[in-house]
Amino acid sequence: MAEPNLFRLRTDPAHGAPAVPLADYQAGGTVVRLEPGDDARLLIPHLASLRRIDIAFPKFREGRGFSSARILREAGFTHEIRAVDVLYVDQLMFLVRAGFDAVLPETPIDPAVAERTLKRFPFVYMKATDAAAPVWALRDRA
Amino acid sequence: MYRYDEYDQAIVDARVAEFRDQVERRLKNEISEEAFKPLRLMNGLYLQLHAYMLRVAIPYGTLDSRQMRMLAHIARRYDRGYGHFTTRQNIQYNWIKLAETPDLLADLASVEMHAFQTSGNCIRNISSDQFAAAAADEIADPRPYAELLRQWSTLHPEFSFLPRKFKIAVTGSTIDRAAIQLHDIGLQLVQNDAGEIGLKVLVGGGMGRTPMLAHVIRDWLPLANYLSYMEAILRVYNRHGRRDNIYKARIKILVNDLGAAEFARQVEEEWAQVKPLGLDPPPSELARIAAHFAPPVLDANAPVEIDLSNPDFANWVAVNTHPHKAPGHAIVTISLKAPGEIPGDASADQMDIIADLAQRYAGDEIRVTHAQNLVLPHVRRADLFDLWQVLKAAGLATANLDRASDIISCPGLDYCTLANARSIPIAQRLAVKLAPQEADLGELKIKVSGCINGCGHHHAGHIGILGVDRKGEENYQLLLGGSGAEDATLAKILGPGFDENGIVTAVEKVIDRYKTLRAGPAERFLDTYRRVGAEPFKEAVYG
Repeated sequence: MAEPNLFRLRTDPAHGAPAVPLADYQAGGTVVRLEPGDDARLLIPHLASLRRIDIAFPKFREGRGFSSARILREAGFTHEIRAVDVLYVDQLMFLVRAGFDAVLPETPIDPAVAERTLKRFPFVYMKATDAAAPVWALRDRA
Repeated sequence: MYRYDEYDQAIVDARVAEFRDQVERRLKNEISEEAFKPLRLMNGLYLQLHAYMLRVAIPYGTLDSRQMRMLAHIARRYDRGYGHFTTRQNIQYNWIKLAETPDLLADLASVEMHAFQTSGNCIRNISSDQFAAAAADEIADPRPYAELLRQWSTLHPEFSFLPRKFKIAVTGSTIDRAAIQLHDIGLQLVQNDAGEIGLKVLVGGGMGRTPMLAHVIRDWLPLANYLSYMEAILRVYNRHGRRDNIYKARIKILVNDLGAAEFARQVEEEWAQVKPLGLDPPPSELARIAAHFAPPVLDANAPVEIDLSNPDFANWVAVNTHPHKAPGHAIVTISLKAPGEIPGDASADQMDIIADLAQRYAGDEIRVTHAQNLVLPHVRRADLFDLWQVLKAAGLATANLDRASDIISCPGLDYCTLANARSIPIAQRLAVKLAPQEADLGELKIKVSGCINGCGHHHAGHIGILGVDRKGEENYQLLLGGSGAEDATLAKILGPGFDENGIVTAVEKVIDRYKTLRAGPAERFLDTYRRVGAEPFKEAVYG
């Protein structure tokens, strides 16, 4: 399936199977889609078989997906977590730090703006799911 | 005072560059107003009735003279020569041009200030006790804990798209000057029998459409892990707070729906998940921050006795100063409520004068209060007379702290797109009417909001006024009996509303009745109301 708007930060090939809703998900399935109200923790027993988890953002104000992604990363999921639907380039830093490594927005992301956005903040204040060390760790090392 | 290191400065500078980029894309129409709106809101930029309004963060209400002079510069350069101090201890400018905001933010960044998260559905400016580090009743200075919260909540990847805005207050005293029972999270530093300091955690307070007092969900939280506990509270809220109705989206609704005990249980369960993840900084980070708040070196020989023979000066000392923990010193509140003026407004010239006074007399510190006044926290009593004379010449020596003309007011329909009614003119008229008798009335907190959102804190007013729209006309409801202090209560509506003239008359009738009912000159209006109930006041107003 062609996905021209897919913005991906992983180098491995995308696992292209269509996502199934959580309600229809069966053990052993490789791709699932979480709606904002779905409990991400229900997937924890299935993380070994999952290859991609799509998390829906039906509107800009929606923020539950940030918690869902982080919970899945905290539980050790290392494959692709994809944010889908209403997302903007200016949210990239939040998405990446919360554990997303792919975005499939309704409107395309300008790669030049994305690059600027992702490099914008040289430091972060709090530990999250990405590798960035919070400033308190940098200060402690100094 | 906290000073930025290279990390803090780099983050604020990056924010300015980010917003410059976003504004440029907007002005070139590369992003729609719809997509731009949430971005500008996260930088405190609102589109109001006449122009853009920019809200600048003043973390926990503390600033120094250099920063105050910058606020004056911004008032002159980008606004109309004044600014408006807010109930969140911030400052707002009401006449801002979009194209100039990146330069304005760059000017702020040059003095370690910003507008991060002063709007939007995120964690807002952390507020605190305006008498921190000066009050005699304090267990510990709450500001290091507030500063760590500021850093932790800045651009938080998980909690920047919450169901609704989120407000945290921290206090270090049992005397509550920060209204912790009326916040999404209220934190109070407490000491246990072993002399250790921890935090009491309150959740689910708030005003607005559905006012509620907060519930204690933890009596003792160890300081070593308080950030991970905050993560747990915010995660429970982010996942389960209502998003279907913005009027039911604050955490108070979730806490109320679940019950405080069940909410606390869910937080503990989540905390067990996140606590081992290493989210809490080491104690050295809190110690590093706390070192910035080392108390100023005060004159150990400062005289306690001063010449009070000038009656105006003596009155101002009695009303607008508080005892300092150090003998021979005082905490000075500068009233921004001269009767007839706009509550919380200060001109650029007044800001410069206050900056000079802070530098000369107050350890170079200024505080903003949630009641929209300013505080000089560390002043030698022997310097009070000189200071008062300068204030007097600048129109800043109004002796009305916590009295009838010291009214909190939101901007109301004069500026705000959300408002249903004007609030500033009501506050102005009441202040002028009541000022002559306020000395006799003693402590009386009047608070005016121009809509149900309650930015004027009407539910916490001894006397609260709420402006509503009734069939296209401004209408004002009268509420009595609220308090935002340690004895917090929510004010209750007395009866049918009034027009602009009617509300002023109704407040006067309430006050006249109070004067006949009070048990003695020391009984505050609030205490009389609590003793006798609403009935006699209802009769006075509607009878």
